[in-house]
Amino acid sequence: MSNTKQLEDLVIQVRRDILRMVHKVNSGHPGGSLGCTEFFVALYNGIMDRKETFEMDGIGEDIFFLSNGHISPVFYSVLARAGYFSVEELSTFRLIDSRLQGHPTTHEGLPGIRVASGSLGQGMSVALGAAQAKKLNKDTHLVYSLHGDGELQEGQNWEAIMYAAANNVDNIISTIDVNGQQIDGPTDVVLPMGSLKAKFEAFGWTVVEITQGNNLEEVIKGMAVAKSKTGKGKPVCVLLKTIMGNGVDFMMHTHAWHGKAPNDEQLEVGLAQNAETLGDY
Amino acid sequence: MEGIGRLMKTYTNTGNKDTRSGFGAGLTELGKTNENVVALCADLIGSLKMDDFKKNHPERFFQVGIAEANMIGMAAGLTIGGKIPFTGTFANFSTGRVYDQIRQSVAYSDKNVKICASHAGLTLGEDGATHQILEDIGLMKMLPGMTVINTCDYNQTKAATIAIADHHGPVYLRFGRPSVPNFTPEDQTFEIGKALHLTEGSDVTIVATGHLVWEALEAAKALNDQGISAEVIDIHTIKPLDEQAILTSIKKTGCIVTAEEHNYLGGLGESVARVLAQHQPTPQEFVATQDTFGESGTPAQLMNKYGLNSEAIVKAAKKVVTRK
Repeated sequence: MSNTKQLEDLVIQVRRDILRMVHKVNSGHPGGSLGCTEFFVALYNGIMDRKETFEMDGIGEDIFFLSNGHISPVFYSVLARAGYFSVEELSTFRLIDSRLQGHPTTHEGLPGIRVASGSLGQGMSVALGAAQAKKLNKDTHLVYSLHGDGELQEGQNWEAIMYAAANNVDNIISTIDVNGQQIDGPTDVVLPMGSLKAKFEAFGWTVVEITQGNNLEEVIKGMAVAKSKTGKGKPVCVLLKTIMGNGVDFMMHTHAWHGKAPNDEQLEVGLAQNAETLGDY
Repeated sequence: MEGIGRLMKTYTNTGNKDTRSGFGAGLTELGKTNENVVALCADLIGSLKMDDFKKNHPERFFQVGIAEANMIGMAAGLTIGGKIPFTGTFANFSTGRVYDQIRQSVAYSDKNVKICASHAGLTLGEDGATHQILEDIGLMKMLPGMTVINTCDYNQTKAATIAIADHHGPVYLRFGRPSVPNFTPEDQTFEIGKALHLTEGSDVTIVATGHLVWEALEAAKALNDQGISAEVIDIHTIKPLDEQAILTSIKKTGCIVTAEEHNYLGGLGESVARVLAQHQPTPQEFVATQDTFGESGTPAQLMNKYGLNSEAIVKAAKKVVTRK
């Protein structure tokens, strides 16, 4: 695993990538991307036992599925900086003829992506299928997935959540980005879901809570705990409490930046708060 | 004109059988021959005839419960580990209910999932319109990259089930509930996208799919007796469509009837009409439901009421020859 300073530098650089990507095309989703930056950085730089080169079947390695595909900026940045494709390609985000579509897709052959996502609520089912394939292949590696908290309003999730526990799919770690926000406002206003912990536990999952999801060390520690809970007959859920827009003060604690890009001036402010570390693309 | 009857190739019904049992038999065969084949079912194992596969390969069988969306997503995920998933439920729940899941997780994601759908169309019978989907061919053929197959009898369904395992890419395989004549060869090799010329004829082309293929053969006999020579083509693959087979036939006959257990909007008929409009504008009549839902009744009553039998095909053929 890389040392903490290197990962902290990577977090800051990924934030810069996110801001610059969405600013350039005046579209995209910076809020949730910034909130999940520490999670992605930790996942791809230590937590997952992954291969350096990309193969679709993912046999013999841990694999990851992003269900809330709109936070593609953080996914693309972390994939590029993990070496799946060149960081220069980040400059093509959302442009015509790009492999970096607004929402992630396998359609353009971008290494690192195993399923299209964007229409919400589908990723956990796909992750479950991949987890079952690993069992059939006697592959002891894990399947990771990420979902928004608002996304859990989609009913298909609960079909998958029910199935996973009933069938002892214990090689999956599904993380919920609990930022409490969705497009129309706070999740507790739009459609309150009550206690996610109680819900997952009632459905038979093991729940691990990471209360400081934007603290890199806490994320690494929490995910290690989650990993230690796999292989024990139950699927594992991580409730990752994050702050939407984390790292850019004016984007924090609001849903306003869910799907809005910063203007020139705002970009400068955001970048000034995250001084270049590993080099811009 | 009497001579035509003696010349026409005839087909023998070797005994009525349901097409869904052909699917079950094909799946059983695949269980033995292809270890990557896995099957998923949403609480309809008996209806889909998946019992044998489940019994022989419990580790490769996934009962998902009444949760079709999760089934489609899981199937997409299983392909990532190199598996070839066959999903089974009624046509209605295989398509309309899970359209967005198929669109994003399967078709757009280029996943090798075989969506196998029984109880398609009116012949589902007494359960009525909630279960009788007549829009599924249209829904599925519009998805980029999706292959759409509608088989006509037990033997063809079995052969198609086996064949699609070797085709890389998403497939929609549509079949039915009732026992219908089984008349295609037991030992056939199924070729995706290749139309089958069943009878030679010179006055009218009848292009049929699914349960309407046998009805087309019956219609051809009746037409033959009335001095009209009909060429019957079995289009089991609606997408990709065997355009050449259709164009070659209409060059000879100059008119065409399409027959399907589906809405005339979005079905085989419209696919054929596009080919004709682009290459060889030709009079066409549509034997299909007329933008309507079905209702309860026996399969035969429904096919009669909604004009999807040999009599309806004869009527359409007689009309279309006058339009040449």
